Amino acid sequence: MEVLTPRSLDDALRLKAELPAARFVQGGTDVLVELNFDRSRPAALINLNEVAELRGFLRENGALVLGSGLTYAELMQPELATALPALAEASRTVGSPQIRNRGTIGGNLGTASPAGDALPPLLVESAQVEIASVRGRRALPLAEFLVGPKRNALEPDELVVSIRISPSGSRQTFMKVGPRNAMVIAVCSLALSVDRERGELRAAFGSAGPVTGLVTAPLDEAERFPAAVAAAASPIDDVRGTAAYRRHALRVLTGRALERCLA
Amino acid sequence: MPRLRISLTINGEPRETDVWGGESLLYALRERLDLPGSKNACEQGECGSCSVLLDGVLVCSCLVLAAQADSHEVTTVEGLGAADDLHRVQEAFVAAGAVQCGFCTPGLVVATADLLERVPAPSDDEIREALSGNLCRCTGYQKIFDAVRLAAGIDA
Repeated sequence: MEVLTPRSLDDALRLKAELPAARFVQGGTDVLVELNFDRSRPAALINLNEVAELRGFLRENGALVLGSGLTYAELMQPELATALPALAEASRTVGSPQIRNRGTIGGNLGTASPAGDALPPLLVESAQVEIASVRGRRALPLAEFLVGPKRNALEPDELVVSIRISPSGSRQTFMKVGPRNAMVIAVCSLALSVDRERGELRAAFGSAGPVTGLVTAPLDEAERFPAAVAAAASPIDDVRGTAAYRRHALRVLTGRALERCLA
Repeated sequence: MPRLRISLTINGEPRETDVWGGESLLYALRERLDLPGSKNACEQGECGSCSVLLDGVLVCSCLVLAAQADSHEVTTVEGLGAADDLHRVQEAFVAAGAVQCGFCTPGLVVATADLLERVPAPSDDEIREALSGNLCRCTGYQKIFDAVRLAAGIDA
């Protein structure tokens, strides 16, 4: 297996266009598990660690542009945690310090797992996924980027470069159910915001449907919202929990999150 | 099998080795570079027994490609202390009886050294959080907590 290490975004995109079967690897917290267990053997790996354009974040006309190479540990730092509190809370629940130091927001999108911890907070904040290839650039709302369990809208020559968010400034939180606080793949998860500017309650659930789902309601329907979120989910029975438990947990989490955000 | 050559700094010394593209930094350390201190258990980032510092940042070496460490700096447990010159965290683990079978110990020592570097006097919650990615199946963690407090000079 070849490992190619481009030094610029242009080089990375050119390599992927030449070798569409190659796999991008950034933090490695998903890709290396597949390699170690021989679950996949891509033709080549394109190591993104040396591509400076994918790191860090910037502010542009009031929007935040998060590089896809931003780690969970970086999302927890005060400047981003203040602007995107639910995303920072979700990041704190990812894996362990070792995983948060390596795992990236772009990797969470690339893997597109229904359990991806960063996805519910991004969906609640109407994130746009910015995608590049040698053919040019495009942007997709996150809801259109996630097309199925572990499936996203990327073409074989494309890469997630950044995530653009206009922070709502609304009260928001993230909650996750699992057997312990650390090292947990969500049994189910929830991001919720009370967006007074739009007059809207917004909730996104993880691990309770084929993709992360968004539910909205007018502000004055808070009482009915927990049941609405539970009803919108389409969970399955699997090794981590039953569909019935997940639906129940979402109702409870939504109630608690509302209490927290309406207080 | 295609090979690629990597050059990196390990425990302050320049090292070189040939690796296979898909192999982890952990495999290269243990099998090619004669550094078996980092342990191989889960190979999926769950247990922390392979913890090392990559450019000063705590990582699971089983989840880093060996090729990604090319031109970078790695510190393994071997770089923290030697048998006749133990790191204060290693001394504390011995003194507190925080070692039983010893398999998780190298990873816990590296993670603890990293914690005390950043937070010299951690609270119990901070210790719990910092070591949440390191599993020990023998001790029940009480003695490990004692060792961390001892290394930090905190009275229990």
